[in-house]
Amino acid sequence: MKLLESNSLQIKKKIVSRELHSTDIVRHLFERIKNLEPDIQAYITTTEEEALKKAIEIDKKIENNQQVGLLAGIPIAIKDNICTKNISTTCASKILKDFMPPYDAFVTKRLKEEDAIIIGKTNLDEFAMGSSTENSRYKITRNPWNVEYVPGGSSGGSAAAVAADMAFMALGSDTGGSVRQPAALCGIVGVKPTYGRVSRYGLVAFGSSLDQIGTLTKNVKDAAVLLQVIAGYDPRDSTSLQVPVPDYLDNINSGVNGLRIGIPNEYFTEGLHSDVNKAIKDALKIYEKLGANIVYLSLPHTEYAVAVYYIVANAEASSNLARYDGVRYGHRTNNARGIIDMYSRTRSEGFGSEVKRRIMLGNYALSSGYYDAYYLKASKVRTLIKNDFDNAFEKIDCIICPTSPVPGFKVGERANNPLQMYLSDIYTIPANLAGIPGISIPCGFSSDGLPIGMQILGKHFEEKRLLQIAYAFEQETDFHLKKPALRVPLRQR
Amino acid sequence: MDKKEIEYIANLSRIELTEAEKEVFIHQLSNILSYIEKLNTLDTENIKPLAHTMNASNVFREDKPESSISREDVFINATAKIDTFFKVPKVIE
Repeated sequence: MKLLESNSLQIKKKIVSRELHSTDIVRHLFERIKNLEPDIQAYITTTEEEALKKAIEIDKKIENNQQVGLLAGIPIAIKDNICTKNISTTCASKILKDFMPPYDAFVTKRLKEEDAIIIGKTNLDEFAMGSSTENSRYKITRNPWNVEYVPGGSSGGSAAAVAADMAFMALGSDTGGSVRQPAALCGIVGVKPTYGRVSRYGLVAFGSSLDQIGTLTKNVKDAAVLLQVIAGYDPRDSTSLQVPVPDYLDNINSGVNGLRIGIPNEYFTEGLHSDVNKAIKDALKIYEKLGANIVYLSLPHTEYAVAVYYIVANAEASSNLARYDGVRYGHRTNNARGIIDMYSRTRSEGFGSEVKRRIMLGNYALSSGYYDAYYLKASKVRTLIKNDFDNAFEKIDCIICPTSPVPGFKVGERANNPLQMYLSDIYTIPANLAGIPGISIPCGFSSDGLPIGMQILGKHFEEKRLLQIAYAFEQETDFHLKKPALRVPLRQR
Repeated sequence: MDKKEIEYIANLSRIELTEAEKEVFIHQLSNILSYIEKLNTLDTENIKPLAHTMNASNVFREDKPESSISREDVFINATAKIDTFFKVPKVIE
């Protein structure tokens, strides 16, 4: 039990120093997954057999004094919209029910190269469209802190798995907050890197000008090492950029003395839960004590971000999802009269209602006569939102704000109101629109005992600085060490 | 947004909707679109649209042949195939 509560770097150290066998950890972990999965529902696929094989391989390498990778022996979960060769990748959609990727995503390949142990594929909102993981066509993931609550989304399976110690770390994807918001709701660390920092080769496309793969981990140092592994240029993703990757762990304890922290007034207005407000304000006091300076500022176009996002993201999604036609892969209808009918029936059977809604919205915004009014208008307002950040970063080094306006919401509470669900992402969407990096770290608990996340945003490619800022806070607090009180059967030690 | 528009967009999207789904979508999409209307309160006359946040432009590479996934692998996920072709319903009547 305690063993599985360790963070990734602790586990790796024990494996490399021969204190523990990688195979023993994998066995313990799968025992826990089997016990908790009926309550948490974090995984779509688990890969115990392959994981054990890999663990044996790593144990052998260590026994033979061979060199091992940065993630040696660390069991990791991957969101089920990231391609894994010969492990099904469903996007939590019926349309990709039996899809078996013939290749690895760039990030999957990197994990394998660094000797990580892939333990399974995690649940998500279908095609990453959602903020609660309720839109999955397979299962509804529950928040380990209170199973009546959603884990957030769309990377809810990855976040719940890490929070419940059913994985040591996980990958997610973040188009409008899908790594940071579930990290906040599950009380763990979530990083959305700069647009262009991590290759999206093999990530199933949703909103291509916004999508970025990110990390979900138990603490900041684990995030640093996982980002180290997945960051970097890849010629197969033409939006990945040739910017050198710094050593993220090096000088991570450099502190925040003299740091200028920007507080955007627009993020602390109506709709912000008082418990979240208090947790962030308390966190700012800690930063001030550590020598940082607080600067209040304005990001005047914040209130337009959600509207811009739901045009841009859905327009891009409607084009990206046009590829699901039942011809080359994925579900195909059994009864079709002609090819057009085959396309329509295949897509109607294969997609869930939120995906249909978004495809419809996107096609509406791109359709003849509406393009200028919606897509072009949104793209222009997007410039204004990015300019807000550019102006702010002339006076400050980072921005601190809540990750989510509320500590959480119950399963079913927002399911029938898409607009209300969209507003769950009000604080995370602007970073995707501007392409800047963000991290969410645990910063407190609500009166109901749900974790609260604090978001730190930085300039393009300043992930290293964000990790240092987050680490400084983590060293002063123990929120990241708190564990949900899960009902674990007695037979498990 | 009315029923005619919903049907037009559904056809563009190659999605079949039941009558009940159409009713729900008219209501939900209208709600979302009226929320989006708030963008029209902003003057964007002289603002350039943003597509790539880092101002990257077209990315070219050398036209060098490279190996790709095998032909067998290309077909592992196909519902219907004949030899090395994907099989689809009749296209021309």
